[in-house]
Amino acid sequence: MKPSLPSDASGSSTAEAQLEADSPREECVIKLSGDWSLGEAVPSWEEVVGHKKGTKVRIIADHLGTWDTSLLLFLRHGRAWCLAKKKDFDTSSLPRNLQVILKHAEAGALFKPAPKETPVSFRFFLGRETIKLINYGEEWAIFVGNCTLGIIRLLRGRGKFRWLDSFLEMQHCWNSSLPIVGFISFLVGVILAFQSAVQLKQYGVAILVVDLVSLSVVREMGPMMAAIVVAGGTGAGIAAQLGNMRVDEEIDALETLGISAVDFLVLPRLLAVTIMMPILALYANIFGILGGVYICATMLSIPASAYWVEMHNRLNFCDIFGGVIKSFAFGILIALAGCLRGIHCERNTAGVGTATSSAVVTSILLIILTDAVFAVIFNSLGI
Amino acid sequence: MHHSKSPVNAIEVNNLTCGYGETIILKKLSFSVPAQELLFIIGGSGCGKSTLLRSMIGLLPPEEGKITYFGKNFIKASEEQRRDILKSFGVLYQSSALWSSMTVGENIALPLEQYTSLSKQDCQEVVALKLAQVGLSGIEDLYPRELSGGMKKRMALARALALDPKIVFFDEPSEGLDPITSREIDELILEVRETLGTTIVIVSHQLSSIFRIADRVLVLDHEAQGIIADGPPKKLARESTDLRVRNFLNQN
Repeated sequence: MKPSLPSDASGSSTAEAQLEADSPREECVIKLSGDWSLGEAVPSWEEVVGHKKGTKVRIIADHLGTWDTSLLLFLRHGRAWCLAKKKDFDTSSLPRNLQVILKHAEAGALFKPAPKETPVSFRFFLGRETIKLINYGEEWAIFVGNCTLGIIRLLRGRGKFRWLDSFLEMQHCWNSSLPIVGFISFLVGVILAFQSAVQLKQYGVAILVVDLVSLSVVREMGPMMAAIVVAGGTGAGIAAQLGNMRVDEEIDALETLGISAVDFLVLPRLLAVTIMMPILALYANIFGILGGVYICATMLSIPASAYWVEMHNRLNFCDIFGGVIKSFAFGILIALAGCLRGIHCERNTAGVGTATSSAVVTSILLIILTDAVFAVIFNSLGI
Repeated sequence: MHHSKSPVNAIEVNNLTCGYGETIILKKLSFSVPAQELLFIIGGSGCGKSTLLRSMIGLLPPEEGKITYFGKNFIKASEEQRRDILKSFGVLYQSSALWSSMTVGENIALPLEQYTSLSKQDCQEVVALKLAQVGLSGIEDLYPRELSGGMKKRMALARALALDPKIVFFDEPSEGLDPITSREIDELILEVRETLGTTIVIVSHQLSSIFRIADRVLVLDHEAQGIIADGPPKKLARESTDLRVRNFLNQN
């Protein structure tokens, strides 16, 4: 801030903040005048008062124009300066409202600032993270247990199940995933065919592109791509929806009515996603294979009929069934992760965001892990 | 901040008609608020008081009519004039509307960073000063979620006051607060008016606050689609010939 000091005492009509120090005896009188506005030039306390003598600083503001926070800052600074130099700071000649507001500004900190987090040792960090991991596992175990109990209740006909919720969720899942699953799967088929075609053509076994594409799409890529899209769309949607219900106390309202949130909210969604997932996986298979057909026809001059014959010879029922079984598992995981994160959402708006992203991250991680486990199992079974 | 009584009215609303699409909520509304007045806008649920507030603070463009602040037309303002007018008033939202991802200090500093060229240190000083003004010194580093309802309201007031506004709008300031905290907020509002000379417009139906601090109330009505009474609350409660107004103001 640029200090502005009047050289004569008659400058009070200007729009700048002015003050004038004058020390007849022991007292240093500061006359405030002009308009004080935040962000505009304001005189500096030190330059005006710094060299003046006297044990008392008195402020008068007879010709003060309009003022704002900048004046308060100036006076606050002045008071601190006087305190440090052991001088009296006299504001009794100021207008009453200015005095009141200054008094408030003077009030010391009512709340102690929160202690800064001290850096933790590695052992502490390791322990804390381990406990977190254990709690996380426990949370999952309890939740899966509750869902199992809910399913048992339902099968015995004692649960409260919202079929409408389930159908709506299926519809939503279907509508939101269909175009994107088809598009992504088609591209995955194209990419697989293209990459393998370049290599296999050199060995003169271009026809093996058909085997490679159809096997990897049906066994891996179809179910996986569908699952990832559903995790990002439906899974995130479920977490956000249930999270909002948690924030708005809708879930509490169910609990106090004696209705289990698991029966009422989780199971319909679990059923919906578990049913939709294999259907979407089969749909993804078709588009993935179409991607392969397209590349074979355009790049390798393998007509669709030849593709079909080769694929028919190579693929068996087990390949397709394996993929479908996997997608069942993916569906369960996506729904569970979404519901768990939604129901355990923190009770604030930021919590909903955290719950949603955590649901997506958790489901994708679990999808990949489960896929690896299935690969081991299928291998040992010789499928 | 401290404004001498000006001859121009702080707020002038002329023939204001507003609503949402086809639905008209308020029709041909006119009133003015002199500088430094503490005005309550009251009325039953659905009477349009929130709509009026949204319209006055520029969130809902009116279907027709004129709103002027200190003689400056708000509706027909250019982008730059509009920014100037927006800067001259502060709004305290019903749910406090504190930005949850920012600390208390950052919340109050944002309007300062947006509209002034203060240095970082000056900004911090202003933040400390504003917090002291509302009785919350030293909480700069906390996050809004760590504050209680009453503290959130105070903090929102500190944020609304950051740019030394000439007018502050309050939307249901005592909603969800206990009577004691609500009284404290009322006192704070009065104090802001006394010390800073701010014009204050409050949308509320908290009767105790209305009788405690209002200079004047505007009573809106759903069916009339406009103002059915205008005056000091005690006088209206006693003398109004309109049964709706008397019923509303004499609930205890």
